[in-house]
Amino acid sequence: MRQYEVTFIVDPVLSGDEVKSTVNTYKKLLEDAGCTIVNLDEMGLRQLAYPINRRNTGVYFCIEFQPTSGEAIDSMELSFRRDERIMRFLTVKLDKYGIKYNDDKRNGRIGSSKKEEVKKEEVKSAKTEKAAPKKEAPKKEETSKKEEAPVAVEENNTPVEKADVTPTDNEGDKA
Amino acid sequence: MASRDDIKFLSNPNIGNNRKKYCRFRKYGIKYIDYKDPDFLKQFVNEQGKILPRRITGNSLKFQRRIATAVKRSRHLAMMPYVTDLLK
Repeated sequence: MRQYEVTFIVDPVLSGDEVKSTVNTYKKLLEDAGCTIVNLDEMGLRQLAYPINRRNTGVYFCIEFQPTSGEAIDSMELSFRRDERIMRFLTVKLDKYGIKYNDDKRNGRIGSSKKEEVKKEEVKSAKTEKAAPKKEAPKKEETSKKEEAPVAVEENNTPVEKADVTPTDNEGDKA
Repeated sequence: MASRDDIKFLSNPNIGNNRKKYCRFRKYGIKYIDYKDPDFLKQFVNEQGKILPRRITGNSLKFQRRIATAVKRSRHLAMMPYVTDLLK
């Protein structure tokens, strides 16, 4: 069965109850037309990117539904056009990836597509990090061994040098 | 004493070998572009809200087309502007 998604903007001047009642009328309209409503998402009051009908904000709603026939969509869009409370609407047919995306979003598997990307990048970097220390570890051991040898030699030398240096410094201070 | 590592280059040594662009949707397996997510779509437009070309974003043709439709849809729903200045 095909799945559609209609996003629409309700006039923000209306009170909370009026907004709810308008949404419910369209929900009922779809149900009466034999559609099964998958999800009703209230996206809330948002700032518009440009003014529509001299309004700068709008209440966004998104309904996902599965119609039995295309006529349901026609009647819904017609009533949207006639309704003054609806500022904009957009009906989109979802492909299988869209359905999956919305499903994942609802179940909190992804906050937004941005985060999804970040997560994947993190996983990748984690993998490289895991791989990297294994390669580095043996090298480090070799280098540390090399370093140890000269250091030991230096340690033998340093006390002698220090003994030489300290008296001269003191003499300089006294002078 | 300045060792060999401390010497700085006069010009940026990475300037010649620019990194190869790639399609992030192919690389990370993103199959659906949501038109209701303007923050994500902002990455594909310039300051004036124009859609960036493929030669700059590096997207594959398939996903560039989908980006374009998603941006146009979100413009219709006033989530993104048709024309502005200083979007970013």
